[in-house]
Amino acid sequence: MIKSNTALAIVALTSGLSMISAPAMARDTVNVVGSSTVYPFATVVAERFGRNTDFPTPKLESTGSGGGFKLFCAGIGTEHPDITNASRRMKPSEFEKCQSNGVKDITEVKIGADGIVIANSKESGRMDLTLKELFLALAKDVPDPDGGEKLVPNPYQKWSDIDASLADKAIRVMGPPPTSGTRDAFVEIAMEGGCKTYDFIAKIKSEDKSRFKSVCHSMREDGPFVEAGENDNLIVQRLVQDKDTMGIFGYSFLMENSGEIQASTVNGVEPTPETIADEEYPVARSLFFYIKNAHVGVVPGIQEYAEEFTSEGAWGDNGYLVDVGLIPNPRDVRMKTAKVVKELKPMTGNELK
Amino acid sequence: MTDSGSQAELVRRSLKRRYRKERRFRFYGITAIAIALFSLVILFTDIVSKGYTGFIKTTVTLEVPLDGELMYLTDATDPDQIAMADFQAPIIKALQAYFPTATSRSDKRELSRMTGSYASNQVRDLLEKQPDLLGTTRTMEFLAHDAVSVYVKHAGDPGYSIRLTEQQQRWTDELLDKGVIDTSFNDVFFSRGDSREPSNAGILGALVGSLLTMGITLVIAFPVGVAAAVYLEEFAPSNRITDFIEVNINNLAAVPSIIFGLLGLAVFIGVFGLPRSVPVVGGLVLALMTLPTIIISSRAAIKSVPPSIREAAEGIGASKMQVVLHHVFPLAMPGMLTGSIIGMAQALGETAPLLLIGMVAFIVEVPDGFFSSATVLPVQIFIWAGSAEQGFVELASAGIMVLLAFLITMNALAIWLRKRLERRW
Repeated sequence: MIKSNTALAIVALTSGLSMISAPAMARDTVNVVGSSTVYPFATVVAERFGRNTDFPTPKLESTGSGGGFKLFCAGIGTEHPDITNASRRMKPSEFEKCQSNGVKDITEVKIGADGIVIANSKESGRMDLTLKELFLALAKDVPDPDGGEKLVPNPYQKWSDIDASLADKAIRVMGPPPTSGTRDAFVEIAMEGGCKTYDFIAKIKSEDKSRFKSVCHSMREDGPFVEAGENDNLIVQRLVQDKDTMGIFGYSFLMENSGEIQASTVNGVEPTPETIADEEYPVARSLFFYIKNAHVGVVPGIQEYAEEFTSEGAWGDNGYLVDVGLIPNPRDVRMKTAKVVKELKPMTGNELK
Repeated sequence: MTDSGSQAELVRRSLKRRYRKERRFRFYGITAIAIALFSLVILFTDIVSKGYTGFIKTTVTLEVPLDGELMYLTDATDPDQIAMADFQAPIIKALQAYFPTATSRSDKRELSRMTGSYASNQVRDLLEKQPDLLGTTRTMEFLAHDAVSVYVKHAGDPGYSIRLTEQQQRWTDELLDKGVIDTSFNDVFFSRGDSREPSNAGILGALVGSLLTMGITLVIAFPVGVAAAVYLEEFAPSNRITDFIEVNINNLAAVPSIIFGLLGLAVFIGVFGLPRSVPVVGGLVLALMTLPTIIISSRAAIKSVPPSIREAAEGIGASKMQVVLHHVFPLAMPGMLTGSIIGMAQALGETAPLLLIGMVAFIVEVPDGFFSSATVLPVQIFIWAGSAEQGFVELASAGIMVLLAFLITMNALAIWLRKRLERRW
């Protein structure tokens, strides 16, 4: 009798204690973190998911791809997020971090692509640029225009200084700040792409990686390139007001404002959903999200949310994500990925190498 | 005689110059006020002119035929059938009543983009609640598609681009004439949480989040701050330790708010294991941030109580505690309240520390407690201002107006309290 009383007391005490810490432990809302580029797509899916099912609407935080991986890989348990979005693939180092923190089984889902456009107002002429010209216009140091394998501070003030075929207008480009994933991608794809066209710089890469990075990834700071803050809407507004300014932002913002602004062609390719999907347009990147398999079944709705994301009605050619600017994967890739989500097939780590 | 005469002469001569100086001085003051007022007027006109359309919603009222055949639905109580039914079809049908020629696939697609994305959910919810309505025709009010809404509210405005096809524009004009599409007060804005569709998005979630967070902040920061101030001012011995504390409090008041966010992340979420994105953690972080402000202003309020009151109380034999609690404290209360409200107002507008503890997030459901995920007003404005959809521009400005109204209410409350408690001597 006494024993059962103490047992009761212990039960009461522990349940009382667990009441206090209960909010920290139990969770019935899917938590998603990660890239601000994927955020507009993921939020649309989350809202539909919340409305069309009995699960609560997942909570989404826009932390940036790197920040997302950091939170995601911090461990297993409901205080850690269930899914992270990324505008680039997981790095092998991040995968290892995850493994060492006990986040063993991760399912990778490639959701589609996004293009970065260089656009201006429709009231002025369309520009035809190459990656090399973009690099020469925006880099801090460029190869000496007089020839030779020497780097000099960027002397170009007008587009026509770079190439006579370009417009006789001052270089004025607004772009995202270094904290933005769009900036990372622009620097890594466009700037580096243009940079590598110089053989002597490409040679640096094998010799001194960090010097190569500082040459190719440094944007000029003498005025022609303006950092405009994370708000792409502001860049678009400026472009409409000032027709000589160019802006760098994601394809979805171009689509939303296609009435006033137009995209420049890069290496002769115009950014369209087709050219971005088959990577013909050079400044494009793939978008992903990663599922923490250990949380499936613990937090309700994770797999169902992922299945909603990978349903044809969402990410298909006529799906609602296309309306917000996602560039869908080819159909066979979609089919394969949807199957991976159904089976929650974990990554081995080898695919990242 | 001549001396004093020249003196008066001197004064008289300089008098003009002194008057001029004074006039100039006053002019500078007036100019300063005018500049401040002018900027305020510009700010308000900009916000109001951009944002007033946020308080208007565009609706489409249709006679919806709840025809089972159209929806592939024979029994609305069967959940399997509900899951597979096409609830968009009756809405398209209802619109086709106005445009009988729009029957092609692409026409239907354009018709379905006249109403917002959740119109079909509305039909489903209605049938789920009242299955016997199947087969009847109901008058239903839907929110218009965002592109339609932008067209109705902003056609011709160079700041907006119209995303409707020419056919859709023609349809919209016709439906506007017939009164099918109409604008009215945007009650959605005040009754819902966030959404990715501007017409479905509301500020209520953020408003409740702000209230909950501010509640926690007030409950923690005010008593702690006032107690600290009273002790430091009335009881603490003046020695090196109190000097040290004093210097640190003053320094804390100048620490950038993001540092408090880092602290909250490390302590409340890291050590105590509290969940991310909840008002409790937000409130705690903001309480820490406002504490120095409250302590400093409360100490100033206590200091400004005339010594005569203290001495009189002591003179009739009151103990130190009685002096403080019965005399000093009530007189200092209005000043303490003012300081707290200033601190709270500052906390209300904070986003930076909340970023780190996960309150900058997309949260659809209106929070229902201190432990449910929430965001706050300035964060909501920040999220809307950064969204691609055009409809969010006006919502962001409308959100600013709500935030300002919240602030003004808070300040008015403070002034009212102060006036009530204030005692003059």
